[in-house]
Amino acid sequence: MEKIHTHTGVGVPLRRSNVDTDQIIPAVYLKRVTRTGFEDALFAAWRGDPSFVLNQEAYSTGSVLVAGPDFGTGSSREHAVWALKDYGFRVVLSSRFADIFRGNSGKQGLVTGIVSPEDIEILWKILETKPGTEVTVDLEAKTATADDVTVPFQIDDYTRWRLMEGLDDIGLTLQQEEKITAFEETRASWRPKTLPARHLPSVEIEAARPV
Amino acid sequence: MAGTLAEKVWEAHLVRRGEGGSPDLLYIDLHLVHEVTSPQAFEGLRLAGRQVRRPDLTIATEDHNTPTLDIDRPIADVTSRTQIETLRANAREFGVRLHSLGDADQGIVHQVGPQLGLTMPGLTVVCGDSHTSTHGAFGALAFGIGTSEVEHVLATQTLPLAPFKTMAITVNGTLPAGTTSKDIILAIIAKIGTGGGQGYVLEYRGEAIRALSMEARMTICNMSIEAGARAGMIAPDETTFEYLKGRPHAPEGEDWDAAIEYWKTLRTDDDAEFDAEVVLEAADLEPFVTWGTNPGQGLPLSASVPVPADIADEGDRETAAKALEYMGLVPGTPLRDIPVDTVFIGSCTNGRIEDLRSVAKVIKGRKKAGSVRVLVVPSSARVRLQAEAEGLDVIFKEFGAEWRNAGCSMCLGMNPDQLAPGERSASTSNRNFEGRQGKGGRTHLVSPLVAAATAIRGTLSSVADLDLPHEIDITTFDGTPLDGVGASPLGESVVDLPIPVAIGSAPGGSAGQPALR
Ligand code: SF4
Repeated sequence: MEKIHTHTGVGVPLRRSNVDTDQIIPAVYLKRVTRTGFEDALFAAWRGDPSFVLNQEAYSTGSVLVAGPDFGTGSSREHAVWALKDYGFRVVLSSRFADIFRGNSGKQGLVTGIVSPEDIEILWKILETKPGTEVTVDLEAKTATADDVTVPFQIDDYTRWRLMEGLDDIGLTLQQEEKITAFEETRASWRPKTLPARHLPSVEIEAARPV
Repeated sequence: MAGTLAEKVWEAHLVRRGEGGSPDLLYIDLHLVHEVTSPQAFEGLRLAGRQVRRPDLTIATEDHNTPTLDIDRPIADVTSRTQIETLRANAREFGVRLHSLGDADQGIVHQVGPQLGLTMPGLTVVCGDSHTSTHGAFGALAFGIGTSEVEHVLATQTLPLAPFKTMAITVNGTLPAGTTSKDIILAIIAKIGTGGGQGYVLEYRGEAIRALSMEARMTICNMSIEAGARAGMIAPDETTFEYLKGRPHAPEGEDWDAAIEYWKTLRTDDDAEFDAEVVLEAADLEPFVTWGTNPGQGLPLSASVPVPADIADEGDRETAAKALEYMGLVPGTPLRDIPVDTVFIGSCTNGRIEDLRSVAKVIKGRKKAGSVRVLVVPSSARVRLQAEAEGLDVIFKEFGAEWRNAGCSMCLGMNPDQLAPGERSASTSNRNFEGRQGKGGRTHLVSPLVAAATAIRGTLSSVADLDLPHEIDITTFDGTPLDGVGASPLGESVVDLPIPVAIGSAPGGSAGQPALR
């Protein structure tokens, strides 16, 4: 995972609240089995609308998304983060994120900064009056700067450290291998195991037919 | 130290306590896998040269995009087929147990865990699906996770998790006849909002919750995520133990006794404190329906479509106006006057045997409203078999409903079961987001009883709107078997299958499984 200290890129004002993951990437795109190439799926339902922000040239190369509250609610699909990253976004700023989305983002190197609703409004105004304005996001200082305005954002220390160090999750955990093994040795025998597989007798399932 | 149920389960799974802002590392007892969120996780393992650490704590099923018709024929949709073939190949390669389409144990992942007796009190359960909260009904701590976390659990059987807050949701009193646990949870979400549970593990308590069956409890916990919560839980009790006993993977003998002894300790201590508390009176509840495009936009069925101009908060007003435009609804219309095109009965929220029984009780001997399409999709193949053993399929067919094979189906419209643009549904599922059930589709979330009454009348309705023959007791619409029907589980014996991988899905077919489709 790439280390991020600061990022500068075109800011995109997304004046919508409650943007759920179905809107970030509709379920139909979840059928792919690869990890990349989801850029065409991002906000798919809105991309056909010429007035949609990403269809305006000044914003089309955006990498810092400034969104309304409750961003990333709904289904836990991580494809939402991949779609944002594949499109080119490195940072999302909002006054409130859904927990699962925020967790997924941190692990994939997408910065999610929590900015007060008032400051979001200020950023929106700047980005809307001067389309194409770049926003600089500084993880060290926990600030976002557009034009001459600098606003603070919140991000938990652990995620911030991970992003700045570019650390892979699994590698980190596997440093605890001994502890995991020790824990497993204490696991009570009533706790379930899926193998060997137990189930009721197999029965042939009749296929339903169109009526 | 006094603790809540959630804190007790958390503590019992601590591999390592986080220091300096790093999260706690928790051990995961049960990992459920399906075809949509797993391919990239297995791909990640392969790329890094890693193995599945505990195949014996992992189980996979095909559900999200499996067809519910012609399941013995090749899947027409190429991408769906690819995902399913990928899961089968991954299960074989990594030694993971898989219940494939056509197998009697296939079904929606949140039905498969409980019905096999794998979901138990006091476990940590994860799955790459947000409705994993369903398993909290057993007093397990169950979280939906993303694909990179799926990979993490596959590789390490642990998960770093940030601390949570606890919220008690107490439902006092007795539920009025004609209302169900679905109405409880829709009312809770309407009350606290889709973000109201954010950061919290919810614990549902109180007399009305204790009176619910295991399946009704699952409906409530299932939708915790729609209030934004990390998880939802209900302390285990006799109802829980009764449900579990004798299931294929339930503990036996001394293990059962040890388990019961431990499970009885899994309750919030009297002097423990919650970070937040919400109280509801069951007696005030009515059948609830949603009118908008998130599950918090719900109202009692006796209400009317809200008038955005009357909403004080600007954000809420705009959101409501947008939702109504999408839903094609005129403000002020009584909810009961809204006609629907489709009634969908199914999903991990309300596709279990009790749901099917209560629907069957309402519709028995009637015909559906002429123009309405009614889909009945059991949550698992076993549920379908059970329903057939009880004769429910005949009732559905005589009513004019389509009786389908098991899967997620129209809950999310990844298979051919979709709404057409502009089509309106009454759906027993859990999400009414824009396009959830098909592009441009309009969803009203309802209980199984409301779904049944709506299918009869053609407009959103409750059982109270039906002229029921008076010998029918409305209080019996509670999921108990229909008169004259035994509820004995199918088959008495539990089979030990020593095959470690991909049960019934090996190419060339084993155990009567049709070849790969
Ligand atoms: S039925 Fe719906 S909510 Fe449940 S697992 Fe399937 S898609 Fe998810």
